[in-house]
Amino acid sequence: MAEVCAVIASTHHPFYYKTSTMPEAERPPFAAEWIAKIESFRETLTAARPDVLVMVGSDHFHQLWLDNMPQFLVGKAPFFDANFHNEEREFGLPKMRLAGQEDLAAHLLRDGLDRDFDLAFSNELRIDHSITCPIITLRPEADLPIVPVYTNIFAPPLPQPRRFVALGKAIREMVESWESHLRVAIIGTGHLSLELGGPRQFGPTGPDPVFDRKAVEWIASGDIDGCLAEVSLDSLHAPGNATHGFMDFMLMMGVAGEGVRADFVETVDLFHTMEAYFTWYPGGDPR
Amino acid sequence: MSKYLLDKFLFSVDRDPELTERYREDPVELVAWWEAELAGSLFNCIPHEKTTWLAFDEEERRALREHDHVALFAMGAHPFLTLTLFIALFERDHGPMEYQLAYARALDHVTQPYPDIST
Repeated sequence: MAEVCAVIASTHHPFYYKTSTMPEAERPPFAAEWIAKIESFRETLTAARPDVLVMVGSDHFHQLWLDNMPQFLVGKAPFFDANFHNEEREFGLPKMRLAGQEDLAAHLLRDGLDRDFDLAFSNELRIDHSITCPIITLRPEADLPIVPVYTNIFAPPLPQPRRFVALGKAIREMVESWESHLRVAIIGTGHLSLELGGPRQFGPTGPDPVFDRKAVEWIASGDIDGCLAEVSLDSLHAPGNATHGFMDFMLMMGVAGEGVRADFVETVDLFHTMEAYFTWYPGGDPR
Repeated sequence: MSKYLLDKFLFSVDRDPELTERYREDPVELVAWWEAELAGSLFNCIPHEKTTWLAFDEEERRALREHDHVALFAMGAHPFLTLTLFIALFERDHGPMEYQLAYARALDHVTQPYPDIST
């Protein structure tokens, strides 16, 4: 059976690419610390020696649209082109192309449906920065095949937080029941408190530093029950109007498991968001 | 009122560089053209399969013609779509982060709960 060699949860910041590739003299003052922390984070994936990446993210109204909106979707295709015109325009992100792992995608779809997750699928998916940002931070060679899993954290009505956790638990079990000798890293990105398009956007810190500290502790300690007790679809409006992206972190807590402490935890305070990085090693820390 | 149609406008103009520029240069022309030509376009079907019932109300037309992001927020247009498009329209006229912060200050009167963005 396949082995889950690492579980990784991260914020995705579309400006990391631009910040880390501009000439050093032009970089903003926070760049050096940010880049150093990302490089340490990257080592946690490299040390796990993955063959395949399951990538959990959320399309930001790039390909998926309100005329036909899936809640959870698996991409099954031999390749995925990546990044959209408006992401090149606003964030300076490059066009990319990633290989797909169709056997694992087919397994997740079949097994997921049989576990009562009515997963949508796409055979022609262009992926956006929710998946390319962690490729850029964690595996800039972009040389491993992926299985993208998209969640709807963006276009209400949204699934309940407990469904994100349950899907995460199921993804872990499904990967571990895949008949393969390959080593799979499961990587998902979301947000802590975040406001976009409202009065609290782009402040000196994230819109709700208290929520952020609490959220980091929930994730780092694997406190799924504590998190589910406090977080609801309604409560996530208060820390910032884009904070429902935190549910992708909850999905990853489901992958990592109840009460399982992360082996690597790092945070960076940027001017409008707290960035946070977590790695778990189910088979023991290889470093 | 159609939050969906407002979102459809923002979505389709933001993703197409030609439409983005037309919206910046002549919003009155672009909004009228878009409502006549694209409001009823079902993006996943051939042009023949027109949707027959989608139209803006007058206040929505006004908000779009006047690039009024505060009114769009109040109407429940998706804030991510509005922000992304408006950054494309106006960031170039300002210093770093200046436009994004002014955009936020124009919404300072807003209190929670924010307008419902469900469609």
